[in-house]
Amino acid sequence: MAILVDKNTKLIVQGITGSHGSFHAHQMLEYGTRIVGGVTPGKGGQVFEGVPVFNTVKEAVDKTNANTSIIYVPARFAKDAILEAASNGIRLIVCITEGIPTLDMVEIIQALKERRTRLIGPNCPGLITPGEAKVGIMPGYIHERGPIGVVSRSGTLTYEVVWQMTTRGLGQSTVIGIGGDPILGTGFVDCLELFEQDQETEAIVLIGEIGGTAEERASEFIQKHVKKPVIAFVAGSTAPPGKRMGHAGAIISGGSGTASEKIKALKKAGVHVVESPARIGEAVCRVVKAKAKR
Amino acid sequence: MNIHEYQAKELFRTYGLALPPARSFDARSLSVESIREISPGPYAVKAQIHAGGRGKAGGIRIVSSARDAFDAAKKMLGTKLATYQTAGIAKPIQHVLIESSSQIRKELYLAITLDREAGRPCVICSESGGVEIEEVARTSPDKILKQHFDLKPLPTAADFRRLTSRLFEGEGSQAGRLRNELADMSVKLARLTVELDASLVEVNPLGLMTGGSLMPVDAKINFDDNALFRHPEIASLRDPEQEDARENEAKSFDLSYVGLEGNIGCMVNGAGLAMATMDVIKLGGGEPANFLDVGGGASKEKVAAAFKIILKDPRVKTILVNIFGGIMRCDVLAAGIVEAQKEIAIKVPLVVRLEGTNVEEGRRILKESKIRIISADTFEDAAEKAIQFIK
Repeated sequence: MAILVDKNTKLIVQGITGSHGSFHAHQMLEYGTRIVGGVTPGKGGQVFEGVPVFNTVKEAVDKTNANTSIIYVPARFAKDAILEAASNGIRLIVCITEGIPTLDMVEIIQALKERRTRLIGPNCPGLITPGEAKVGIMPGYIHERGPIGVVSRSGTLTYEVVWQMTTRGLGQSTVIGIGGDPILGTGFVDCLELFEQDQETEAIVLIGEIGGTAEERASEFIQKHVKKPVIAFVAGSTAPPGKRMGHAGAIISGGSGTASEKIKALKKAGVHVVESPARIGEAVCRVVKAKAKR
Repeated sequence: MNIHEYQAKELFRTYGLALPPARSFDARSLSVESIREISPGPYAVKAQIHAGGRGKAGGIRIVSSARDAFDAAKKMLGTKLATYQTAGIAKPIQHVLIESSSQIRKELYLAITLDREAGRPCVICSESGGVEIEEVARTSPDKILKQHFDLKPLPTAADFRRLTSRLFEGEGSQAGRLRNELADMSVKLARLTVELDASLVEVNPLGLMTGGSLMPVDAKINFDDNALFRHPEIASLRDPEQEDARENEAKSFDLSYVGLEGNIGCMVNGAGLAMATMDVIKLGGGEPANFLDVGGGASKEKVAAAFKIILKDPRVKTILVNIFGGIMRCDVLAAGIVEAQKEIAIKVPLVVRLEGTNVEEGRRILKESKIRIISADTFEDAAEKAIQFIK
């Protein structure tokens, strides 16, 4: 089962001829992801490692029936790339690009509301369903297929956590990095909902970090709707209070964004909160074993 | 990116807001005559630094004559000011803003920022403005009014009528006029926010003056760094003197660095893993000297630069490198360490933990380089080994 991407994923790579795009397209092909096309305006007709390159998303979708797109274009062109994918029938867009202006994201979120397209990211490592499809930049070999769903705001910390699980013989159903920007296409809550419904997923790992109130929202949702065990870690509990400007951020979110507030909310929702990031794999093993005994 | 109050108020003027007569000065342009040209007085003399809390720290003086304003400004210029918002580091005062000062009858709050949850910008206002605004938000949230708006089309005064209708109830016959003025101000600031890619516009306090007008008393604008490429005129307002020198040097190499108080220098890829590394160090009884994220596509030059920045901190007694290669390749990291070692002798113990993309090649490069490295297998092992050297 798994969620969002699998062997039926037909992927196009927007920005396939750029340095990041080509490097990771190669890695994804090697992993076995079904890449059916690439898009780079002006480079249509070229072939990248056996993959046809098109000038537009429309052309790529018409010719290949692609349903998913991954975006590597530079930040200043990312808005147009996302909107182009959304308006040409792509159902799942994964935007790796970092540094997109916030107001561009405001516009994108508005535009996507009217469509049945899901955006993951931006500024994220993408997602992977081990053994079926890698739609992102994570090292493939650290993953193993299994019953744990992982959703995270971080990139490399997610690799660390996955590796801790894999080396303990605990595999993953799907691993999603939702990204680190203030405005995201898909949040914790959407992913928790999908994992809760997914039959293969037996437990969920949630990796948060300081700032914003995404973990608090996730806690509310878990309390009401998630029956599967959730194990969480919040990065930055020992970080000094950041320099911030003005009061509006704290007023609007109604929270201070500190780790202790987030941990409190998660614990209240019955989540197993791990104190040390070096012990997450261990904690997941413990929770899964305890569940099996019941 | 932050700008100074006087720059923010200039932008407010450009967008049609009414402000008290004012002028900004540096040490060279300051003179009694030019202060007299502002108004007959009294004056507010305000130190220009990138931080709030200036009033309590002595950075704002109210004086009656131009001569006194000159003296107050002269005393401030060239000195440094620390407030509760400067994190213990005093910031240099190179500009002062001298304004015609008038009596404030009431302090309001007006701001525009992004509501991350809603994915939309939002106007926030309150009749209980001033320094205690966060306390007000916590204890009486009903006193804080909010109104989201869209980018296209930009909001008009009508869009803020519902928001302002709940204000100025105690102002009698003046209420209608004040509501209109506030809605008009919100429209102008919304336009500024959207057109200039501001991430925060804050007027605190917004003064209801004894004369009956609404006037921004303080002004803060924070711009979205990611959008500065389309606003060169805004980018030119940057004042690097107000920023941390080490952080700026790191920024020039596209590295994210925050100096801290401890003695374990950290080099990590990815912000989440970097924070988690600091967490593990602290849990083990150590203190990180810094947060340093070398980022995704780091080159060996960038890694070498990161090493030099860490080693500039005399407090650093040991360095912990924790890399989980994704985009970042372990062989590039290893080559960067070798490169750095050629230029500067790394005299402190160096604990390295590598995992991920091209890890074997990375370990081989380090082994063959003969640099003295304490290698660690896991995240926890690395932190423990680093802590051992400072005990």
